[in-house]
Amino acid sequence: MDVSAVGMTDPAGLIFTAAALAGLSGLPGLLLRHTVGLGQKIATLALTLSGLLGLSGALTLIIHERTETFTINWTLPFGPCEMAIDPLSALFLLPIFLISACGAVFAVGYWPATHNRATEPKLTFFFGLLSASMALLVTTRNGVLFLMVWEVMALSAYFTLIAEHENREVRKAGIVYLVATHTGTLALFVMFALLRGTTHSFQFPASNSLPAAAFPAAVIFVTALFGFGVKAGLMPFHIWLPAAHANAPSHISAVMSGVMLKMGIYGIIRIISFYHTPPLWWGILLLAAGSVSALLGIIFAITQRDIKRLLACSSIENIGIITIGVGVAVIGQATHNPTLLVLGMAGALLHMLNHSLFKPLLFLGAGTLIHATGTRQIDRMGGLARPMPVTSLFFLTGIVAICGLPPLNGFVSEFLLYLGFFSEARTAAVPYLAMGAPLLALIGGLAVICFVKLYGVAFLGLPRTAEAEKGHEPGWQMLAPMGVLALLCVSAGLLPQVMVNLLRPALFTWAPELAGKYDVIAAVPPLRWLTIAGGGVLLLAGALSVVLRKRLRSAPVAGGGTWGCGYLRPASSMQYTASSFGDTAVNLFGGVIRPRCANPVLPGYFPRPEVFASNVSETLLEQMILPLFRVTGEVFSFLRRLQLGKVHIYMLYIFVTLVLLLIWAY
Amino acid sequence: MTDILIHLLLTLLMPPLLLGVIGKTKAAFAGRTGAPFLQPYYDILRLLRKGSVFSDVTTWIFKAGPVITLAATCIAALLIPLGNHPSPVSFTGDMILFAYLFALARFFTMAAALDTGSSFEGMGAAREATFSCLAEPTLFFALIALSRMSNSLSLSTMLNHYSVTDWLRSGASMLLLVGGLFIVLLAENCRIPFDDPNTHLELTMIHEVMVLDHSGPAFGYILYGAALKLFVLQAFFIHIALPLKTGNSLLDWGIFIVSMLILATIIGVVESVMARLRLVRIPQLLVAASILSAFAMLLILR
Repeated sequence: MDVSAVGMTDPAGLIFTAAALAGLSGLPGLLLRHTVGLGQKIATLALTLSGLLGLSGALTLIIHERTETFTINWTLPFGPCEMAIDPLSALFLLPIFLISACGAVFAVGYWPATHNRATEPKLTFFFGLLSASMALLVTTRNGVLFLMVWEVMALSAYFTLIAEHENREVRKAGIVYLVATHTGTLALFVMFALLRGTTHSFQFPASNSLPAAAFPAAVIFVTALFGFGVKAGLMPFHIWLPAAHANAPSHISAVMSGVMLKMGIYGIIRIISFYHTPPLWWGILLLAAGSVSALLGIIFAITQRDIKRLLACSSIENIGIITIGVGVAVIGQATHNPTLLVLGMAGALLHMLNHSLFKPLLFLGAGTLIHATGTRQIDRMGGLARPMPVTSLFFLTGIVAICGLPPLNGFVSEFLLYLGFFSEARTAAVPYLAMGAPLLALIGGLAVICFVKLYGVAFLGLPRTAEAEKGHEPGWQMLAPMGVLALLCVSAGLLPQVMVNLLRPALFTWAPELAGKYDVIAAVPPLRWLTIAGGGVLLLAGALSVVLRKRLRSAPVAGGGTWGCGYLRPASSMQYTASSFGDTAVNLFGGVIRPRCANPVLPGYFPRPEVFASNVSETLLEQMILPLFRVTGEVFSFLRRLQLGKVHIYMLYIFVTLVLLLIWAY
Repeated sequence: MTDILIHLLLTLLMPPLLLGVIGKTKAAFAGRTGAPFLQPYYDILRLLRKGSVFSDVTTWIFKAGPVITLAATCIAALLIPLGNHPSPVSFTGDMILFAYLFALARFFTMAAALDTGSSFEGMGAAREATFSCLAEPTLFFALIALSRMSNSLSLSTMLNHYSVTDWLRSGASMLLLVGGLFIVLLAENCRIPFDDPNTHLELTMIHEVMVLDHSGPAFGYILYGAALKLFVLQAFFIHIALPLKTGNSLLDWGIFIVSMLILATIIGVVESVMARLRLVRIPQLLVAASILSAFAMLLILR
């Protein structure tokens, strides 16, 4: 391979250096196994440096609206291998480098080498590899290289995910992930093969260069939606997601949810960009998939009692919202409505960035809670705001942001989507799309239920168990990344103009036909008003709290217990729990969630002790997909005879296959 | 300029009066003299001077709750046009911010309630979260219908667009909208039949139970915030239900004040003649309200 003249100071050079640094970051740790902790320190340093280099490179490219293209001369028979960083790639590079660096620093406190001698070197190595593969993924422009990097990403994610593989539940989550991701990859093989059939090259076609009406376009789109949808966690392909995110170490969950899911979104956006005026039904399909994911994702999140499973389900919701945005943009493109296109795509890309800030923040916060209390069950926490004030403040920032409430960043992206729906309601002849606004409002309301529950039950009130009483503030390595992300959430919420300017070049890349018209539309969303209103809320709240403090000082203030409505022996176990908080909502959506309760019968006046259990199952996985796999496994069990467990036999198989292929080719 | 000044003065001074009017109406129905109209003002001033009791369980969130709730409601009050006058702050998409500021306020009220660790307040918070989530789509269905009818994306033009002729032209959809929004008005402000602001049976309440532990100045903030929310949502409702306008600025202010007082009286009447609904019926009524305004939207969109 020979990469033609990439300088170190050149932004693209910075990005590739950063990727290489990330990819190799874990290698010293694998070699220096006798000096415990040195490898992790080197890796953290390398990933932080890689983050800084990569971010500065990507930001430079975005600000100058430049596209850098390189050709790698490889000897593989898949045509020229092009690497290119256009603003769209650069935009996706931002979260990759930022969250990897944050995760690496967090890991020093969360997964210290001294306590995890066996797992740490491997975890660090694959973490770096995951980060590097994602960075390469968004820059490659060749289908075959894309699939190779995709596979490296999928496998390194698998190996980081099963860090605690002695636990059966972790292994099971790993297997489900592995099967799901490879099913998706299979669809991508089909897609890239069909794409090659259209363009006669594995090279990615230029933006807007393919006609969408031709035959394979529809199949390519559907297979892409399936293949990338599995990675992104769109419903109904989300089955791997909750268990995988719950069982991975927290900084891995942060990277998986904050960044890796977005690779699926990147793929969908990139594939659509090849086509000139995609048909309307593409947009409708995306919109439908997004709406179902968003609504069901948040409903499932309400029922969860495991903090990381809850956050994972909410990722499904957020991916759904992003997909709604992409769908709106495609509908805009199909109906030649630039306002809809711009608002939809800007909303989607902004929500992608926002979600990659607040979700890792929450996952790192969840990691801090698990680190302090040793449990993932929020019903066993409680009262943690008292011993962990800083964590609780950062976590609250993430919670307000993820609920989409002003003045934080989650609101801005939803604001753009709402504007899209409302502009459609105002002008379109038959505004079906307007129905999106009440739907988004319902999703927002459900998100508030879910996250008030999470924050209230974990951080507020009294400690529910002895574990919760052990709550303590973690070291700076864990607080600093959360602080950075919380700060970014606040500033992105208060300065939405800056964020929209960042994604403007990416939007042009996606829809080059708009390049001249955007300024007209940029005038529509008056984002500076959001700055003013958000600042107004904060200033007014500040003023009111000064007044309150003054009033409190001038009159006597007494302490005491919480008013128990006359009951004199309140106990911490009497507090509202996560299950009871969500119960009203869960009952409303009982038809979708199907909560299962084992209600014991208590006979007689002095019944024996009985056990009550309630759980929410993953209906799709447990009722449909696992039985299907079981049947498939039985039907194809005869193939097991080929499986001998001897490596040389497998090599023989490969050789025989190659010979057969050679014979077939001639 | 004068209009903005009047807007600010009315927003600052009028809200507690509405509570007074509702109280007086209910007293009249019960055959009592009732507290004076200005009683809510005395209550708030008294609370601001009083000492406080803070539960040992609570953290700073407990104090932040009333502060942020009031701040968000105040900013929302700047976005709503009063009577036939534009609001001081208006921009494209301000209705979305308007709706979400109330969500922000609600979020912090619920967080403050959960901060006490009381199961009663947890109960209230859970109910508030669920019911408001069901009320949210109603508001957005209505906003879409309004945006379509007025061909605008801002509350000021959207709401000031209406006149009596709209009632004559598309009366059916207006009637449906008014029905849906009236239900939301009552539910959002925790009035009967959804919630009883006067009851002392903590088990049955929603909003009041969430603020059980607040006292002194912080409770004063809450009381004023609740009155302000009633004021803002009433002003929103009046635009659609009673779109009377003359064109004369002062006369329009007079009409606005009178119609606000009439609406407060109507709420008082509703509270006097109705009983509180059973808790399981509340979601049904809220969903019905959503469907009413969805019908209105369909009629207008078609």
